[in-house]
Amino acid sequence: MNERSGEIVKFDNVGLRYGTDPEVLSNLSFTLYPGSFYFLTGASGAGKTSLLKLLYLAQRPSRGAIRMFGQDLMTMPRERLPGLRRQLGVVFQNFRLVPHLTAFDNVALPLRLAGADEGRVTKAVSDMLEWVGLAHRGQAIPATMSGGEQQRVAIARAVIARPRMLIADEPTGNVDPEMALKLLRLFEALNNRVGTTVVVATHDVHLLKKVPDSLIMRLSKGQLSDPTGALRFPPRPSGAPGGRA
Amino acid sequence: MSVPPLPEVPAVAAPTPAAMVAKQPSAAPLLPRPRRGGLMPWVIAILIALVVVAAAGGLALRNLAANARADLAAAVTVQVIEPNPDLRSQRGAAAVGVLRGIDLVRAVRLVPESELAALLEPWLGAAATSGDVPIPVLIDVTLTRKASPAEIAAIETRLAARIPGARVEAQSEVLKPVYRALAALQWLALGLIVLVALATAAAVWLAARNALAQHRETVEILHLLGGTDSQITRIFLAAVLREAAFGAMVGTALGLGAVWLLGQQFAALDSGMAGGGALMLADWLAIAAVPLAGVLLALATARMTIALALKDML
Ligand SMILES: Nc1ncnc2c1ncn2[C@@H]1O[C@H](COP(=O)(O)OP(=O)(O)O)[C@@H](O)[C@H]1O
Ligand SMILES: [Mg+2]
Repeated sequence: MNERSGEIVKFDNVGLRYGTDPEVLSNLSFTLYPGSFYFLTGASGAGKTSLLKLLYLAQRPSRGAIRMFGQDLMTMPRERLPGLRRQLGVVFQNFRLVPHLTAFDNVALPLRLAGADEGRVTKAVSDMLEWVGLAHRGQAIPATMSGGEQQRVAIARAVIARPRMLIADEPTGNVDPEMALKLLRLFEALNNRVGTTVVVATHDVHLLKKVPDSLIMRLSKGQLSDPTGALRFPPRPSGAPGGRA
Repeated sequence: MSVPPLPEVPAVAAPTPAAMVAKQPSAAPLLPRPRRGGLMPWVIAILIALVVVAAAGGLALRNLAANARADLAAAVTVQVIEPNPDLRSQRGAAAVGVLRGIDLVRAVRLVPESELAALLEPWLGAAATSGDVPIPVLIDVTLTRKASPAEIAAIETRLAARIPGARVEAQSEVLKPVYRALAALQWLALGLIVLVALATAAAVWLAARNALAQHRETVEILHLLGGTDSQITRIFLAAVLREAAFGAMVGTALGLGAVWLLGQQFAALDSGMAGGGALMLADWLAIAAVPLAGVLLALATARMTIALALKDML
Protein backbone atom coordinates (compact mmCIF):
# COMPACT_ATOMS: atom_id res chain seq x y z
CA MET A 1 0.00 0.00 0.00
CA ASN A 2 2.66 2.49 1.09
CA GLU A 3 5.08 1.25 -1.56
CA ARG A 4 2.48 1.91 -4.19
CA SER A 5 1.75 5.38 -2.88
CA GLY A 6 5.52 5.89 -2.63
CA GLU A 7 5.62 6.92 1.00
CA ILE A 8 6.27 5.20 4.29
CA VAL A 9 5.65 8.16 6.59
CA LYS A 10 3.90 11.42 5.88
CA PHE A 11 3.76 14.33 8.32
CA ASP A 12 1.29 17.09 7.58
CA ASN A 13 1.71 20.33 9.51
CA VAL A 14 2.56 18.48 12.70
CA GLY A 15 3.15 20.31 15.98
CA LEU A 16 4.11 18.92 19.39
CA ARG A 17 4.04 20.55 22.79
CA TYR A 18 4.53 19.03 26.22
CA GLY A 19 1.76 20.14 28.56
CA THR A 20 1.34 23.88 28.31
CA ASP A 21 4.94 24.56 27.26
CA PRO A 22 5.55 26.24 23.89
CA GLU A 23 5.76 23.85 20.95
CA VAL A 24 9.01 21.87 20.72
CA LEU A 25 8.14 20.87 17.16
CA SER A 26 6.29 23.20 14.80
CA ASN A 27 4.81 22.92 11.32
CA LEU A 28 6.54 19.70 10.35
CA SER A 29 5.50 18.60 6.87
CA PHE A 30 7.59 15.95 5.15
CA THR A 31 7.50 12.52 3.59
CA LEU A 32 9.81 9.56 4.20
CA TYR A 33 10.22 7.14 1.31
CA PRO A 34 10.64 3.42 1.55
CA GLY A 35 14.16 2.09 1.41
CA SER A 36 15.85 5.40 2.13
CA PHE A 37 18.48 6.15 4.73
CA TYR A 38 17.86 9.35 6.71
CA PHE A 39 20.00 11.19 9.21
CA LEU A 40 18.19 13.52 11.59
CA THR A 41 20.64 16.12 12.86
CA GLY A 42 20.41 19.10 15.12
CA ALA A 43 21.90 20.48 18.30
CA SER A 44 21.04 19.00 21.63
CA GLY A 45 17.54 20.13 22.61
CA ALA A 46 16.52 20.78 19.00
CA GLY A 47 13.73 18.20 19.24
CA LYS A 48 15.27 15.10 17.60
CA THR A 49 14.10 12.71 20.29
CA SER A 50 10.65 14.31 20.28
CA LEU A 51 10.34 13.79 16.52
CA LEU A 52 11.47 10.17 16.81
CA LYS A 53 8.92 9.58 19.59
CA LEU A 54 6.22 10.60 17.14
CA LEU A 55 7.72 8.16 14.63
CA TYR A 56 7.89 5.20 16.99
CA LEU A 57 4.37 5.82 18.29
CA ALA A 58 5.24 6.77 21.85
CA GLN A 59 3.67 10.19 21.52
CA ARG A 60 0.65 11.70 19.82
CA PRO A 61 1.17 15.03 18.03
CA SER A 62 -0.59 18.06 19.51
CA ARG A 63 -1.78 19.03 16.05
CA GLY A 64 -1.49 18.03 12.43
CA ALA A 65 -1.74 14.60 10.82
CA ILE A 66 0.59 11.63 10.48
CA ARG A 67 0.27 8.70 8.11
CA MET A 68 2.40 5.59 8.43
CA PHE A 69 2.54 2.59 6.11
CA GLY A 70 -0.38 4.15 4.26
CA GLN A 71 -2.61 4.35 7.30
CA ASP A 72 -3.92 7.37 9.13
CA LEU A 73 -2.51 7.31 12.67
CA MET A 74 -4.89 9.97 13.89
CA THR A 75 -8.01 7.87 13.38
CA MET A 76 -6.45 4.48 14.02
CA PRO A 77 -7.99 2.58 16.96
CA ARG A 78 -5.59 1.96 19.81
CA GLU A 79 -5.74 -1.84 19.48
CA ARG A 80 -4.13 -1.65 16.04
CA LEU A 81 -1.06 0.27 17.16
CA PRO A 82 0.87 -2.82 18.43
CA GLY A 83 0.64 -4.23 14.90
CA LEU A 84 2.35 -1.09 13.59
CA ARG A 85 4.93 -1.02 16.35
CA ARG A 86 5.99 -4.57 15.48
CA GLN A 87 7.02 -3.33 12.05
CA LEU A 88 9.35 -0.79 13.64
CA GLY A 89 12.76 -1.34 15.15
CA VAL A 90 13.74 1.25 17.73
CA VAL A 91 17.06 2.05 19.37
CA PHE A 92 16.04 4.31 22.25
CA GLN A 93 18.20 7.21 23.34
CA ASN A 94 19.01 5.56 26.68
CA PHE A 95 18.70 2.01 25.29
CA ARG A 96 15.78 1.09 27.53
CA LEU A 97 16.88 -2.47 28.02
CA VAL A 98 14.65 -4.42 30.41
CA PRO A 99 16.84 -4.18 33.50
CA HIS A 100 16.21 -7.66 34.89
CA LEU A 101 16.49 -9.58 31.65
CA THR A 102 19.74 -10.92 30.24
CA ALA A 103 21.19 -9.57 27.02
CA PHE A 104 19.86 -12.67 25.29
CA ASP A 105 16.31 -12.24 26.62
CA ASN A 106 16.34 -8.53 25.76
CA VAL A 107 17.27 -9.24 22.15
CA ALA A 108 14.69 -12.04 22.03
CA LEU A 109 11.83 -9.76 23.18
CA PRO A 110 10.48 -8.68 19.76
CA LEU A 111 10.49 -12.27 18.47
CA ARG A 112 8.83 -13.62 21.60
CA LEU A 113 6.18 -10.87 21.62
CA ALA A 114 5.44 -11.84 18.02
CA GLY A 115 5.02 -15.45 19.09
CA ALA A 116 8.05 -16.92 17.32
CA ASP A 117 8.84 -20.48 18.36
CA GLU A 118 11.64 -20.84 20.86
CA GLY A 119 13.96 -22.86 18.62
CA ARG A 120 14.03 -20.10 16.04
CA VAL A 121 14.44 -17.46 18.74
CA THR A 122 17.48 -19.21 20.20
CA LYS A 123 19.19 -19.50 16.84
CA ALA A 124 18.41 -15.98 15.67
CA VAL A 125 19.39 -14.31 18.93
CA SER A 126 22.63 -16.28 19.25
CA ASP A 127 23.65 -15.37 15.71
CA MET A 128 22.76 -11.72 16.25
CA LEU A 129 24.67 -11.49 19.54
CA GLU A 130 27.67 -13.05 17.87
CA TRP A 131 27.47 -10.55 15.05
CA VAL A 132 27.49 -7.56 17.40
CA GLY A 133 30.39 -9.17 19.27
CA LEU A 134 28.48 -10.10 22.41
CA ALA A 135 28.24 -13.88 22.07
CA HIS A 136 30.05 -14.26 25.38
CA ARG A 137 27.77 -11.75 27.14
CA GLY A 138 24.41 -13.37 26.40
CA GLN A 139 23.69 -14.16 30.04
CA ALA A 140 24.82 -10.77 31.39
CA ILE A 141 22.19 -8.39 32.73
CA PRO A 142 22.33 -4.74 31.61
CA ALA A 143 23.63 -3.36 34.91
CA THR A 144 26.81 -5.40 34.52
CA MET A 145 27.45 -4.28 30.93
CA SER A 146 29.36 -1.25 29.68
CA GLY A 147 27.51 1.54 27.88
CA GLY A 148 28.84 0.32 24.56
CA GLU A 149 27.73 -3.24 25.24
CA GLN A 150 24.25 -2.09 26.25
CA GLN A 151 24.05 -0.05 23.09
CA ARG A 152 24.90 -3.05 20.94
CA VAL A 153 22.24 -5.12 22.74
CA ALA A 154 19.73 -2.34 22.07
CA ILE A 155 20.66 -2.30 18.39
CA ALA A 156 20.49 -6.08 18.13
CA ARG A 157 17.01 -5.96 19.67
CA ALA A 158 15.94 -3.23 17.23
CA VAL A 159 16.96 -5.13 14.09
CA ILE A 160 16.32 -8.77 15.09
CA ALA A 161 12.78 -8.82 13.66
CA ARG A 162 13.75 -7.24 10.31
CA PRO A 163 11.69 -4.08 10.79
CA ARG A 164 10.21 -2.15 7.87
CA MET A 165 11.51 1.02 9.46
CA LEU A 166 14.46 1.35 11.82
CA ILE A 167 14.48 4.36 14.16
CA ALA A 168 17.67 4.99 16.11
CA ASP A 169 18.25 7.81 18.60
CA GLU A 170 21.97 8.60 18.87
CA PRO A 171 22.81 4.92 18.37
CA THR A 172 26.57 5.37 18.23
CA GLY A 173 27.01 7.75 21.14
CA ASN A 174 28.58 5.25 23.51
CA VAL A 175 30.81 3.15 21.28
CA ASP A 176 34.28 3.70 19.89
CA PRO A 177 34.57 4.94 16.29
CA GLU A 178 35.35 1.47 15.00
CA MET A 179 32.23 -0.05 16.55
CA ALA A 180 30.21 2.99 15.45
CA LEU A 181 31.22 2.31 11.87
CA LYS A 182 30.38 -1.37 12.20
CA LEU A 183 26.92 -0.56 13.55
CA LEU A 184 26.34 1.91 10.74
CA ARG A 185 27.24 -0.88 8.30
CA LEU A 186 24.60 -3.05 9.97
CA PHE A 187 22.01 -0.36 9.39
CA GLU A 188 23.17 -0.02 5.80
CA ALA A 189 22.97 -3.76 5.22
CA LEU A 190 19.45 -3.78 6.62
CA ASN A 191 18.65 -0.86 4.37
CA ASN A 192 20.19 -2.43 1.26
CA ARG A 193 19.27 -6.05 1.60
CA VAL A 194 15.97 -5.98 3.45
CA GLY A 195 14.77 -2.61 2.17
CA THR A 196 14.32 -1.24 5.69
CA THR A 197 13.83 2.50 5.85
CA VAL A 198 16.37 3.88 8.33
CA VAL A 199 16.13 7.05 10.40
CA VAL A 200 19.16 7.81 12.57
CA ALA A 201 19.22 10.82 14.88
CA THR A 202 22.70 12.10 15.64
CA HIS A 203 24.44 15.30 16.55
CA ASP A 204 27.70 13.85 15.21
CA VAL A 205 28.19 15.41 11.79
CA HIS A 206 31.13 13.11 11.04
CA LEU A 207 28.74 10.20 10.91
CA LEU A 208 26.81 11.72 7.99
CA LYS A 209 29.69 11.32 5.59
CA LYS A 210 30.03 7.63 6.42
CA VAL A 211 26.82 6.75 4.57
CA PRO A 212 27.25 8.35 1.16
CA ASP A 213 23.70 8.17 -0.13
CA SER A 214 22.05 9.21 3.08
CA LEU A 215 19.53 12.01 3.20
CA ILE A 216 19.71 14.69 5.82
CA MET A 217 16.92 16.26 7.87
CA ARG A 218 18.06 19.13 10.05
CA LEU A 219 16.13 20.23 13.11
CA SER A 220 16.68 23.63 14.60
CA LYS A 221 14.49 24.93 17.40
CA GLY A 222 11.71 22.62 16.39
CA GLN A 223 11.77 23.61 12.71
CA LEU A 224 12.82 21.22 9.99
CA SER A 225 15.03 21.97 7.04
CA ASP A 226 16.33 19.57 4.42
CA PRO A 227 19.61 20.68 2.91
CA THR A 228 19.61 17.74 0.51
CA GLY A 229 16.13 18.58 -0.66
CA ALA A 230 15.29 14.98 -0.17
CA LEU A 231 12.09 15.46 1.75
CA ARG A 232 10.20 17.16 -1.00
CA PHE A 233 10.75 14.64 -3.78
CA PRO A 234 11.11 10.93 -3.87
CA PRO A 235 14.89 10.74 -3.62
CA ARG A 236 15.60 7.77 -5.82
CA PRO A 237 12.86 6.21 -7.79
CA SER A 238 15.46 4.09 -9.63
CA GLY A 239 16.93 0.74 -8.62
CA ALA A 240 15.70 -2.46 -7.11
CA PRO A 241 13.25 -2.34 -4.16
CA GLY A 242 15.17 -0.85 -1.33
CA GLY A 243 18.47 -1.16 -3.22
CA ARG A 244 20.57 1.91 -3.42
CA ALA A 245 23.33 1.60 -5.96
CA MET B 1 31.37 -6.33 4.71
CA SER B 2 29.85 -8.98 6.95
CA VAL B 3 26.15 -9.36 6.60
CA PRO B 4 24.12 -9.31 9.81
CA PRO B 5 22.46 -12.64 10.54
CA LEU B 6 18.88 -11.52 10.31
CA PRO B 7 16.39 -14.26 11.01
CA GLU B 8 13.75 -15.24 8.49
CA VAL B 9 10.54 -13.40 9.03
CA PRO B 10 8.29 -14.31 11.97
CA ALA B 11 7.76 -10.86 13.38
CA VAL B 12 7.77 -9.02 10.07
CA ALA B 13 4.36 -10.27 9.10
CA ALA B 14 1.97 -7.68 10.45
CA PRO B 15 -0.14 -9.38 13.09
CA THR B 16 -3.86 -9.13 12.55
CA PRO B 17 -5.80 -7.96 15.60
CA ALA B 18 -7.20 -11.49 16.04
CA ALA B 19 -3.74 -13.07 15.83
CA MET B 20 -2.44 -10.50 18.31
CA VAL B 21 -5.04 -11.47 20.85
CA ALA B 22 -4.45 -15.17 20.31
CA LYS B 23 -0.65 -15.00 20.44
CA GLN B 24 0.68 -15.88 23.84
CA PRO B 25 4.05 -14.61 24.90
CA SER B 26 6.27 -17.63 25.15
CA ALA B 27 7.02 -19.22 28.47
CA ALA B 28 10.42 -17.55 28.48
CA PRO B 29 10.68 -14.82 31.07
CA LEU B 30 9.52 -11.38 30.00
CA LEU B 31 9.35 -9.97 33.50
CA PRO B 32 11.86 -10.66 36.22
CA ARG B 33 10.92 -12.90 39.10
CA PRO B 34 10.15 -10.53 41.96
CA ARG B 35 12.84 -10.36 44.56
CA ARG B 36 11.63 -11.82 47.81
CA GLY B 37 13.07 -8.84 49.67
CA GLY B 38 9.82 -6.92 49.30
CA LEU B 39 7.77 -6.30 52.44
CA MET B 40 4.42 -6.50 50.74
CA PRO B 41 4.02 -10.31 50.59
CA TRP B 42 4.80 -10.46 54.29
CA VAL B 43 2.25 -7.76 55.14
CA ILE B 44 -0.31 -9.73 53.14
CA ALA B 45 0.79 -12.91 54.93
CA ILE B 46 0.25 -11.37 58.36
CA LEU B 47 -3.15 -9.96 57.43
CA ILE B 48 -4.31 -13.24 55.91
CA ALA B 49 -3.13 -15.04 59.06
CA LEU B 50 -5.23 -12.66 61.18
CA VAL B 51 -8.30 -13.20 59.00
CA VAL B 52 -7.83 -16.97 59.24
CA VAL B 53 -7.55 -16.85 63.04
CA ALA B 54 -10.53 -14.50 63.41
CA ALA B 55 -12.62 -16.61 61.04
CA ALA B 56 -11.73 -19.84 62.83
CA GLY B 57 -12.47 -18.22 66.21
CA GLY B 58 -15.79 -16.81 65.05
CA LEU B 59 -16.88 -20.12 63.55
CA ALA B 60 -15.84 -22.05 66.67
CA LEU B 61 -17.83 -19.64 68.85
CA ARG B 62 -20.84 -20.03 66.62
CA ASN B 63 -20.65 -23.83 66.85
CA LEU B 64 -20.15 -23.63 70.59
CA ALA B 65 -23.23 -21.48 71.11
CA ALA B 66 -25.36 -23.61 68.78
CA ASN B 67 -24.34 -26.88 70.46
CA ALA B 68 -24.78 -25.55 73.97
CA ARG B 69 -28.21 -24.25 73.17
CA ALA B 70 -29.29 -27.58 71.66
CA ASP B 71 -27.97 -29.47 74.70
CA LEU B 72 -29.36 -27.25 77.37
CA ALA B 73 -32.79 -26.28 76.23
CA ALA B 74 -33.79 -29.93 76.51
CA ALA B 75 -32.71 -30.17 80.14
CA VAL B 76 -33.81 -28.69 83.46
CA THR B 77 -32.46 -28.77 86.96
CA VAL B 78 -34.69 -29.33 89.94
CA GLN B 79 -33.65 -27.98 93.31
CA VAL B 80 -35.20 -28.94 96.62
CA ILE B 81 -34.23 -26.73 99.52
CA GLU B 82 -34.80 -28.10 102.98
CA PRO B 83 -32.50 -27.64 106.00
CA ASN B 84 -33.50 -30.90 107.69
CA PRO B 85 -31.32 -33.61 106.08
CA ASP B 86 -33.79 -36.46 106.59
CA LEU B 87 -36.74 -34.54 105.25
CA ARG B 88 -34.52 -33.33 102.43
CA SER B 89 -33.67 -36.79 101.15
CA GLN B 90 -37.29 -37.84 101.54
CA ARG B 91 -38.48 -34.95 99.45
CA GLY B 92 -35.74 -35.54 96.96
CA ALA B 93 -36.91 -39.12 96.44
CA ALA B 94 -40.51 -37.93 96.17
CA ALA B 95 -39.52 -35.36 93.57
CA VAL B 96 -37.80 -38.06 91.51
CA GLY B 97 -41.01 -40.07 91.66
CA VAL B 98 -43.13 -37.15 90.49
CA LEU B 99 -40.73 -36.33 87.68
CA ARG B 100 -40.70 -39.92 86.44
CA GLY B 101 -44.45 -39.66 86.04
CA ILE B 102 -44.25 -36.75 83.64
CA ASP B 103 -44.41 -37.56 79.87
CA LEU B 104 -42.03 -34.82 78.88
CA VAL B 105 -39.29 -36.26 81.09
CA ARG B 106 -36.94 -38.79 79.53
CA ALA B 107 -34.37 -39.33 82.30
CA VAL B 108 -33.94 -38.27 85.88
CA ARG B 109 -30.74 -38.34 87.84
CA LEU B 110 -30.54 -37.47 91.51
CA VAL B 111 -27.13 -35.92 91.98
CA PRO B 112 -25.56 -37.82 94.94
CA GLU B 113 -24.85 -35.68 97.96
CA SER B 114 -21.18 -36.71 97.95
CA GLU B 115 -20.83 -35.38 94.37
CA LEU B 116 -22.42 -32.11 95.36
CA ALA B 117 -20.23 -31.84 98.40
CA ALA B 118 -17.15 -32.41 96.29
CA LEU B 119 -18.36 -29.74 93.89
CA LEU B 120 -18.88 -27.27 96.68
CA GLU B 121 -15.84 -28.10 98.73
CA PRO B 122 -13.54 -25.65 97.00
CA TRP B 123 -16.00 -22.91 97.92
CA LEU B 124 -17.19 -23.95 101.32
CA GLY B 125 -14.22 -25.89 102.65
CA ALA B 126 -14.84 -28.54 105.30
CA ALA B 127 -18.29 -27.07 105.94
CA ALA B 128 -19.48 -28.67 102.73
CA THR B 129 -19.17 -32.16 104.15
CA SER B 130 -19.79 -31.44 107.82
CA GLY B 131 -23.51 -31.10 107.40
CA ASP B 132 -23.45 -27.67 109.04
CA VAL B 133 -24.28 -26.01 105.78
CA PRO B 134 -27.57 -27.11 104.27
CA ILE B 135 -26.97 -28.42 100.79
CA PRO B 136 -29.97 -28.54 98.46
CA VAL B 137 -31.02 -31.62 96.60
CA LEU B 138 -30.18 -31.34 92.93
CA ILE B 139 -31.89 -33.41 90.24
CA ASP B 140 -30.72 -33.36 86.61
CA VAL B 141 -33.71 -33.87 84.34
CA THR B 142 -33.40 -34.65 80.65
CA LEU B 143 -36.48 -33.86 78.59
CA THR B 144 -37.64 -35.72 75.51
CA ARG B 145 -37.46 -32.48 73.49
CA LYS B 146 -36.93 -28.79 73.89
CA ALA B 147 -39.52 -27.43 76.24
CA SER B 148 -41.21 -24.04 76.18
CA PRO B 149 -41.10 -21.84 79.30
CA ALA B 150 -44.79 -22.60 79.86
CA GLU B 151 -44.15 -26.38 79.86
CA ILE B 152 -41.30 -25.92 82.31
CA ALA B 153 -43.60 -23.82 84.54
CA ALA B 154 -46.16 -26.65 84.44
CA ILE B 155 -43.54 -29.10 85.70
CA GLU B 156 -42.77 -26.74 88.52
CA THR B 157 -46.46 -26.46 89.46
CA ARG B 158 -46.85 -30.26 89.61
CA LEU B 159 -43.75 -30.59 91.75
CA ALA B 160 -44.63 -27.73 94.10
CA ALA B 161 -48.05 -29.28 94.78
CA ARG B 162 -46.35 -32.33 96.36
CA ILE B 163 -42.97 -31.05 97.44
CA PRO B 164 -42.62 -27.71 99.17
CA GLY B 165 -39.45 -25.86 98.35
CA ALA B 166 -38.98 -27.46 94.90
CA ARG B 167 -37.72 -25.16 92.16
CA VAL B 168 -37.27 -25.90 88.46
CA GLU B 169 -34.64 -24.04 86.49
CA ALA B 170 -34.11 -24.35 82.80
CA GLN B 171 -30.36 -24.67 82.38
CA SER B 172 -30.52 -22.26 79.47
CA GLU B 173 -31.74 -19.63 81.92
CA VAL B 174 -28.69 -20.14 84.06
CA LEU B 175 -26.46 -19.82 81.05
CA LYS B 176 -28.09 -16.75 79.51
CA PRO B 177 -25.21 -14.45 80.44
CA VAL B 178 -22.81 -16.96 78.88
CA TYR B 179 -24.83 -16.89 75.64
CA ARG B 180 -24.76 -13.15 75.65
CA ALA B 181 -21.02 -13.21 76.09
CA LEU B 182 -20.66 -15.77 73.28
CA ALA B 183 -22.82 -13.65 71.00
CA ALA B 184 -20.76 -10.58 71.80
CA LEU B 185 -17.57 -12.51 71.04
CA GLN B 186 -19.01 -13.61 67.71
CA TRP B 187 -19.80 -10.04 66.80
CA LEU B 188 -16.29 -9.09 67.84
CA ALA B 189 -14.83 -11.78 65.59
CA LEU B 190 -17.01 -10.63 62.70
CA GLY B 191 -15.96 -7.02 63.24
CA LEU B 192 -12.31 -8.09 63.33
CA ILE B 193 -12.71 -10.06 60.12
CA VAL B 194 -14.26 -7.06 58.37
CA LEU B 195 -11.54 -4.67 59.60
CA VAL B 196 -8.68 -6.99 58.74
CA ALA B 197 -10.24 -7.83 55.37
CA LEU B 198 -10.36 -4.10 54.62
CA ALA B 199 -6.72 -3.76 55.64
CA THR B 200 -5.85 -6.74 53.44
CA ALA B 201 -7.64 -5.18 50.49
CA ALA B 202 -5.68 -1.97 51.06
CA ALA B 203 -2.39 -3.88 51.31
CA VAL B 204 -3.17 -5.79 48.13
CA TRP B 205 -4.01 -2.55 46.36
CA LEU B 206 -0.70 -1.05 47.51
CA ALA B 207 1.08 -4.23 46.41
CA ALA B 208 -0.40 -3.93 42.92
CA ARG B 209 0.65 -0.27 42.67
CA ASN B 210 4.03 -1.15 44.06
CA ALA B 211 4.43 -3.90 41.48
CA LEU B 212 3.49 -1.46 38.71
CA ALA B 213 5.99 1.11 39.99
CA GLN B 214 8.65 -1.58 40.11
CA HIS B 215 7.86 -2.83 36.60
CA ARG B 216 6.74 0.44 35.00
CA GLU B 217 9.82 0.78 32.77
CA THR B 218 9.48 -2.84 31.66
CA VAL B 219 5.79 -2.39 30.94
CA GLU B 220 6.56 0.70 28.83
CA ILE B 221 9.32 -1.08 26.92
CA LEU B 222 7.09 -4.07 26.15
CA HIS B 223 4.40 -1.63 25.05
CA LEU B 224 6.78 0.21 22.71
CA LEU B 225 8.10 -3.05 21.27
CA GLY B 226 4.58 -3.94 20.13
CA GLY B 227 3.32 -5.87 23.14
CA THR B 228 -0.48 -5.86 23.22
CA ASP B 229 -2.43 -4.79 26.29
CA SER B 230 -3.48 -8.36 26.93
CA GLN B 231 0.09 -9.68 26.63
CA ILE B 232 1.39 -7.05 29.05
CA THR B 233 -1.54 -7.55 31.43
CA ARG B 234 -0.93 -11.30 31.51
CA ILE B 235 2.76 -10.85 32.25
CA PHE B 236 2.04 -8.30 34.96
CA LEU B 237 -0.66 -10.41 36.57
CA ALA B 238 1.70 -13.37 36.66
CA ALA B 239 4.17 -11.23 38.63
CA VAL B 240 1.49 -10.04 41.08
CA LEU B 241 0.10 -13.57 41.38
CA ARG B 242 3.49 -14.85 42.52
CA GLU B 243 3.68 -12.25 45.31
CA ALA B 244 0.07 -12.59 46.43
CA ALA B 245 0.11 -16.40 46.34
CA PHE B 246 3.28 -16.40 48.40
CA GLY B 247 1.72 -14.07 50.99
CA ALA B 248 -1.54 -15.99 51.06
CA MET B 249 0.20 -19.34 51.49
CA VAL B 250 2.49 -18.17 54.28
CA GLY B 251 -0.41 -16.34 55.96
CA THR B 252 -2.69 -19.37 55.81
CA ALA B 253 0.04 -21.59 57.24
CA LEU B 254 0.64 -19.13 60.10
CA GLY B 255 -3.07 -18.73 60.78
CA LEU B 256 -3.80 -22.46 60.72
CA GLY B 257 -0.81 -23.06 63.00
CA ALA B 258 -2.24 -20.61 65.52
CA VAL B 259 -5.72 -22.14 65.22
CA TRP B 260 -4.27 -25.64 65.75
CA LEU B 261 -2.39 -24.53 68.86
CA LEU B 262 -5.52 -22.91 70.30
CA GLY B 263 -7.50 -26.04 69.48
CA GLN B 264 -4.97 -28.15 71.41
CA GLN B 265 -5.32 -25.88 74.42
CA PHE B 266 -9.12 -26.15 74.40
CA ALA B 267 -9.02 -29.89 73.82
CA ALA B 268 -6.81 -30.18 76.91
CA LEU B 269 -9.61 -28.56 78.93
CA ASP B 270 -11.62 -31.71 78.16
CA SER B 271 -14.81 -29.86 78.87
CA GLY B 272 -18.02 -30.72 77.11
CA MET B 273 -18.55 -27.11 76.26
CA ALA B 274 -15.17 -26.55 74.59
CA GLY B 275 -15.74 -29.74 72.57
CA GLY B 276 -18.88 -28.12 71.18
CA GLY B 277 -16.69 -25.54 69.47
CA ALA B 278 -15.00 -28.05 67.14
CA LEU B 279 -14.79 -26.90 63.49
CA MET B 280 -16.85 -28.78 60.89
CA LEU B 281 -15.84 -29.53 57.30
CA ALA B 282 -17.89 -26.58 56.08
CA ASP B 283 -15.98 -24.34 58.50
CA TRP B 284 -12.63 -25.54 57.17
CA LEU B 285 -13.83 -24.88 53.62
CA ALA B 286 -14.82 -21.34 54.65
CA ILE B 287 -11.37 -20.82 56.16
CA ALA B 288 -9.72 -22.17 52.99
CA ALA B 289 -11.68 -19.57 51.04
CA VAL B 290 -9.84 -16.77 52.89
CA PRO B 291 -6.47 -17.05 51.05
CA LEU B 292 -8.28 -17.76 47.79
CA ALA B 293 -10.31 -14.59 48.18
CA GLY B 294 -7.09 -12.74 49.01
CA VAL B 295 -5.40 -13.91 45.80
CA LEU B 296 -8.48 -13.16 43.68
CA LEU B 297 -8.65 -9.70 45.20
CA ALA B 298 -4.97 -9.17 44.37
CA LEU B 299 -5.53 -10.20 40.77
CA ALA B 300 -8.61 -8.01 40.35
CA THR B 301 -6.79 -5.02 41.85
CA ALA B 302 -3.71 -5.63 39.72
CA ARG B 303 -5.83 -5.92 36.59
CA MET B 304 -7.44 -2.55 37.33
CA THR B 305 -4.07 -0.95 38.08
CA ILE B 306 -2.43 -2.14 34.87
CA ALA B 307 -5.49 -1.27 32.78
CA LEU B 308 -5.37 2.31 34.06
CA ALA B 309 -1.62 2.54 33.41
CA LEU B 310 -1.95 1.17 29.86
CA LYS B 311 -4.80 3.55 29.10
CA ASP B 312 -2.35 6.39 29.76
CA MET B 313 0.03 5.07 27.10
CA LEU B 314 -0.60 5.75 23.44
N1 LIG C 1 8.79 14.74 28.31
C1 LIG C 1 9.07 16.04 28.16
N2 LIG C 1 8.40 16.97 28.86
C2 LIG C 1 8.66 18.28 28.72
N3 LIG C 1 9.59 18.77 27.90
C3 LIG C 1 10.31 17.90 27.16
C4 LIG C 1 10.09 16.50 27.26
N4 LIG C 1 10.94 15.88 26.40
C5 LIG C 1 11.66 16.84 25.81
N5 LIG C 1 11.28 18.06 26.24
C6 LIG C 1 11.82 19.34 25.79
O1 LIG C 1 11.70 19.36 24.38
C7 LIG C 1 12.83 19.97 23.79
C8 LIG C 1 13.41 19.02 22.77
O2 LIG C 1 13.97 17.90 23.44
P1 LIG C 1 14.45 16.61 22.69
O3 LIG C 1 13.40 16.21 21.75
O4 LIG C 1 14.90 15.64 23.70
O5 LIG C 1 15.70 17.16 21.86
P2 LIG C 1 17.02 16.43 21.34
O6 LIG C 1 16.74 14.96 21.30
O7 LIG C 1 17.28 17.01 20.00
O8 LIG C 1 18.11 16.74 22.30
C9 LIG C 1 13.78 20.30 24.93
O9 LIG C 1 13.63 21.67 25.22
C10 LIG C 1 13.28 19.46 26.06
O10 LIG C 1 13.53 20.11 27.27
MG1 LIG D 1 17.69 13.39 22.13
